[in-house]
Amino acid sequence: MNRRPWVLGAVAGAVFAFLYLPILWLALVSFNDSRSLSRISGLSTRWYAELLDDSRVLESLGLTLRLAGASAVVSTVIGTSAAFGLRRAFPGRGLWTVLLSLPLVVPEVVLGVALLGFCVKLAGIPLGFGALLAAHVAFSLSFVVVVVRARVAGMDPRLEEAAADLGAGPLVAFRTVTLPLVAPAVAAGAAFAFLLSFDDVVTSSYLTGVGSTTLPVFVYAQASKRGVSPEIVALSTLLVATSAALLIAGVLVAAKRARSSTFVGSIRDE
Amino acid sequence: MSRTRRRWLVATGLLTPTGLWLGAFLIAPLVLVVQFSFATRDTGVARAVLPWTTQAYRTALDPAFLPIFGRTLAYAGITTALCLLLGFPLAWFIARHGGRYRTALLAAVLVPFWSSYLARVYAWKALLDGEGLVNRLLGAVGLGRDGGFLLTHGAVVVGLTYGFLPFMVLPLYVACERFDHRLVEASYDLGHGRVSTFVRVVLPAVFPGVLAGSLLVLVPAAGDFVTPRLLGGVDQSTFGSVIDDQFRGGNNWPLGSAMAVLLLVLVVVVLVLRGRRGEDVL
Repeated sequence: MNRRPWVLGAVAGAVFAFLYLPILWLALVSFNDSRSLSRISGLSTRWYAELLDDSRVLESLGLTLRLAGASAVVSTVIGTSAAFGLRRAFPGRGLWTVLLSLPLVVPEVVLGVALLGFCVKLAGIPLGFGALLAAHVAFSLSFVVVVVRARVAGMDPRLEEAAADLGAGPLVAFRTVTLPLVAPAVAAGAAFAFLLSFDDVVTSSYLTGVGSTTLPVFVYAQASKRGVSPEIVALSTLLVATSAALLIAGVLVAAKRARSSTFVGSIRDE
Repeated sequence: MSRTRRRWLVATGLLTPTGLWLGAFLIAPLVLVVQFSFATRDTGVARAVLPWTTQAYRTALDPAFLPIFGRTLAYAGITTALCLLLGFPLAWFIARHGGRYRTALLAAVLVPFWSSYLARVYAWKALLDGEGLVNRLLGAVGLGRDGGFLLTHGAVVVGLTYGFLPFMVLPLYVACERFDHRLVEASYDLGHGRVSTFVRVVLPAVFPGVLAGSLLVLVPAAGDFVTPRLLGGVDQSTFGSVIDDQFRGGNNWPLGSAMAVLLLVLVVVVLVLRGRRGEDVL
C-alpha cells in the first residue's frame, strides 16, 4: 500500500487543510472592520483594541488560567503517583485500572450534572473555583495516568537497579534516574491537563458561581444570546497563535536536546 | 512482612490520592444521579424528592424521545466513522513517511485542537452560513445552496468530526507506529493484493488503536450539546441537550438524571461490545 505514497500524502495534506482552514479563517476575520464573521469588508485592529478594554473578558481569562494551572498541578502530582502505583502487578490492579479509565467513558454532560447535584444537594460545596477544580481534576487525571503510565511501563528497570548497585539510596535513585526518564511524559500529561481544563465548556457550565465564570462559559453564554463577538474571535486568534508558538518552541527545544543527547538518554537509546 | 504484601501497600498508597479524588468527585456524584433518577420531581429547592418511582424512566423511554436517541446515535456514529476515515490515512502517513518530522507533524495535528473549542465551532458557523466561504466556493461551481449549510445535519457532523478528530489520530498513530511494515511486504510476496493485505494484515494489527480512538471520539460526540445547538437547526436536540434542558433552570432533575443514566448505560454497552482489546493502546 505504499507503492504510491504521493496518493497517501495528498490525502494527509487534505486532512491537514481541513484541520487548518477554520483556524486560519478565524485569524483572518479577527482583522475584519465589520461585525460579520463570514464576509471581510475591510481590515482593522479595532477588535483587538476593544478586547484589551473589556475587563469582564480579561477577568474570566485570569480565572481560567489560574484554574487550569491548579488543575494541571493537582492532576499531574496525584496522576503521576498513580501511574507509578500501577507499575508492578499487585492484587487489585485490575480494579484500579477500571476505576482510572472510568472518567474517559463518562460523557462530560453527565459529569457536569452529577457534580452539580453533588455540590448543591449533598456536599454543600459552593459553586465556583472549588467545584470547578474538583471536576477538572476528575476528567484530566485519566489522561495524565495514561500518558505517564505508558512511559513508566517502557522504562528499563535495570537502570534503577544499576543506580542501587552503585550505592544510590531509593530517593537519590528516584531523583537522578527515574525522574529524568519520566519527565517528558509528566510534562506532556501536565500540558494535556492544562488544556483540557482551559478549553472546557460543557462540565464547567454547570459549576460556575456568581463572579467566577470561566472564559469558555462566558463566551458560550454571550454567544447564545447575541452571537459571537469579534472580540472573542480576536482573543481566540491570540490564544491559537500563543499555543502554536509554544508548541513550535517545544519542538525546537526537543530537537536540540535530541541532538546534544543526555547521559540518561544515551543509555536509554542503547 | 511478605514481599507481596509490601508491594500491595506501596501501590495502594501511591494510588490512594487518585482513588479518593475520583471517589469523592466522580463515583459519589454518579451514585447521586442514579438516586435522583428514581426520585419524584419537585419544583421547589429540593428538585428531586421521595417517593421513589420509575416515572422518570418511563418518560425517558417514551416513544416521543425515540428520534432524539436515534439522532444522538447517528451523529456520534457517523462522526466516529468520519474521524476514522480521515484519521487513518493521516496517522499512517505520519507514522510511515514522517521520518524525523514525525513529532512535528503530530504536533501540527494538535495545534488547532489547542485553540478554544468554542472558537472552532464558531469558525465553522461562519464558514458554513449563507455568506460563508464554503457556500461561495461551492456556489462558484454551481453547488451552492440558499441560506448555506448551517442548521443542517451535515453541519453538525462536520463540526463534531472537526472537534474530535485529534482524539482519533493520537491512538491510531501509536498503533501505526508500532506496526511492523515488513508484514505488508511479506503479504505481497505471498500473493495478496492491496485490499486483502489491508483487511487481513494491517487492520488486525492496528485494531486496538481503532478501538481506542473510536471510544475517545464516540463518548464526547454522544454527550456534546454545544456543537448541535450552534450548528444545527431548531430540531437538533440530542441526548446531551435534553439532559442540559432538564438541569439548567432546575426544570426536571429526575428526568435529566434518568437520561444521564441511560446515556452512561449506552456508552458502557458499546464498551463491553468492544471487549478488552483496545486496552493496551489506551
